[in-house]
Amino acid sequence: MSRDARPSSAESAPERPVLELRGATLAHGDRVLWHGLDLRMQPGEFIAVLGGNGSGKSSLLKTIIGQQALTAGSVMVAGKPVGGAARGSRAVGYVPQRISLDPAAALRVRDLVRLGVDGHRLGPGIFMARRTRRRVDELLDEVGATALADAPVSQLSGGEMQRVRIAEALAAEPELLLCDEPLAALDLGQSQRIVTLIDEYRRSHGTAVLFVTHDINAVLGIADRVLYLASGRFRLGPPEEVLASTTLTDLYGAPIDVFRTQGRVIIVAAADPGADRHDPHAGHDHEPATEAG
Amino acid sequence: MSWRDVIDFSDYGALVALLHNSIIAGAVLGLVGGLVGVFVMMRDLSFAVHGTSELSFAGAALALLLGVDVVIGSVIGSLAAALIFGALGIKARDRSSIIGVLMPFGLGLGVLFLSLYKGRGANKFGLLTGQIVSVDDPGLAWLTGVSVVVLLALAIVWRPLLFATVDPEIAAARGVPVRALAPIFMIVLGLTVAMSVKIIGALLVLALLVTPAAAAMRVTVSMLWVPVLSVIFAVTSMVGGIMLALGGRLPISPYITTISFAIYLVCRLIGRARTRRGWTARGARVEPPRGARETHPAALRVGSGPQHL
Repeated sequence: MSRDARPSSAESAPERPVLELRGATLAHGDRVLWHGLDLRMQPGEFIAVLGGNGSGKSSLLKTIIGQQALTAGSVMVAGKPVGGAARGSRAVGYVPQRISLDPAAALRVRDLVRLGVDGHRLGPGIFMARRTRRRVDELLDEVGATALADAPVSQLSGGEMQRVRIAEALAAEPELLLCDEPLAALDLGQSQRIVTLIDEYRRSHGTAVLFVTHDINAVLGIADRVLYLASGRFRLGPPEEVLASTTLTDLYGAPIDVFRTQGRVIIVAAADPGADRHDPHAGHDHEPATEAG
Repeated sequence: MSWRDVIDFSDYGALVALLHNSIIAGAVLGLVGGLVGVFVMMRDLSFAVHGTSELSFAGAALALLLGVDVVIGSVIGSLAAALIFGALGIKARDRSSIIGVLMPFGLGLGVLFLSLYKGRGANKFGLLTGQIVSVDDPGLAWLTGVSVVVLLALAIVWRPLLFATVDPEIAAARGVPVRALAPIFMIVLGLTVAMSVKIIGALLVLALLVTPAAAAMRVTVSMLWVPVLSVIFAVTSMVGGIMLALGGRLPISPYITTISFAIYLVCRLIGRARTRRGWTARGARVEPPRGARETHPAALRVGSGPQHL
């Protein structure tokens, strides 16, 4: 187990953010996804990342785990700069977009979660097996997947699999949990259970959560702040401030209407009658204005 | 041809004493092959194994022609293959096409070298289908040495390699050097193939590196039991095959492949029964586990690949 001597949750110093982006810019050739992004995340904070397809939501997470280099600016995770040789970090838990594993992977749920606990370590891992096993049981209990412990991963449903991968991501007790559309393949009930699980975990453990989603309603009332990426620019702030007609109209450079009804937010492109209404459960991504170049 | 050609147990004790080197070599190969096979299956490298063994065969044939030790040739051939496959084929699809291109070329080169070779005919045939009497004391020492290297390397990278194989995205995010592990494993695989070629032959390396692990994965999905069973199956096929082949006059390969295949069939039957009952206390699911190993394109290619058998 890698229980480093890092400050645990509440008493961790506010002067050291879990994640700090300074002037971060990402461009593919001429196409700027976002630029000048400044972001400081405190322990236990939940930030929802919104934006259309190709707005650079997943790329943002990839830069934080060091899989993609920034065009300009810097990223610090838990006080350490990301980039160069520093690829990946034990302070980060990552729940990727892709839910399913290669079906040829013959292993049990317990084995997969165990990889999250000690998979980065050298050696065959025959020693300390008992302690590792206890930790795996703890994690499975934490995500409510104890009954699945001995099931082959190839037989899990989408919701079960996502639970297990969250356990795998939480195994290292990360300070920062990155979730890349973890709800994409889940039905409404499953989505709510996963969001509740992550919310409870970050409140009890002080883990900061950066949550990429195209369905703001799934995390409405949970997200402390919203980062909205569009048109090569961004807006960052409390949900009620960012998810407002004036803000989004300014961000997209085209008229956008934001409606609030029955505790849900609906974002509509006002100018273009042919544009899709932002219906998060219609199963496709919204992009009220034209894709920014 | 009589049954005595196939199995003959007269003077058996004397034969075992005479060929105990081969039996030890078989057991060592079974141990290494069974372990490496687990990753071959999980990383979907069956086709790469076949390609590597053909290039290993070409190297061995060249060594035979030049009068150098065959083992040196096969090691050079399979390491070249491993490095090429590792460097060029990051994606499975690229890899398959590169292997598909290089494999017949390697086989063709091998055939060329063999036909230029004027020595004994048994040596030629042995490279393709294996030979049993060829393990002398230096040969065994060499085999054991390489096996120790391979086993040590596997032991050291076992967990990160498994992590990188099963869940590359999360592993990379956690700082596991996913990309660096691929060529390391290809070298381990190349060395294992090179060792196997001389004993069981280039054409039948898959029986050692794929079948035992595939059989094990039919009956268990435990991270501990898959390698353990795979090793048991591989050692059983190797040692059992050699023991049966001792008395007869046939080459060693049919014995090994038959035992190996029989174990696989039994494991499939057990696996099917187990699926019907359900793997866990949760009970059976309506849907059987995905038959990835039957439907995967690479598996199909391997299945229909060795037409020359």
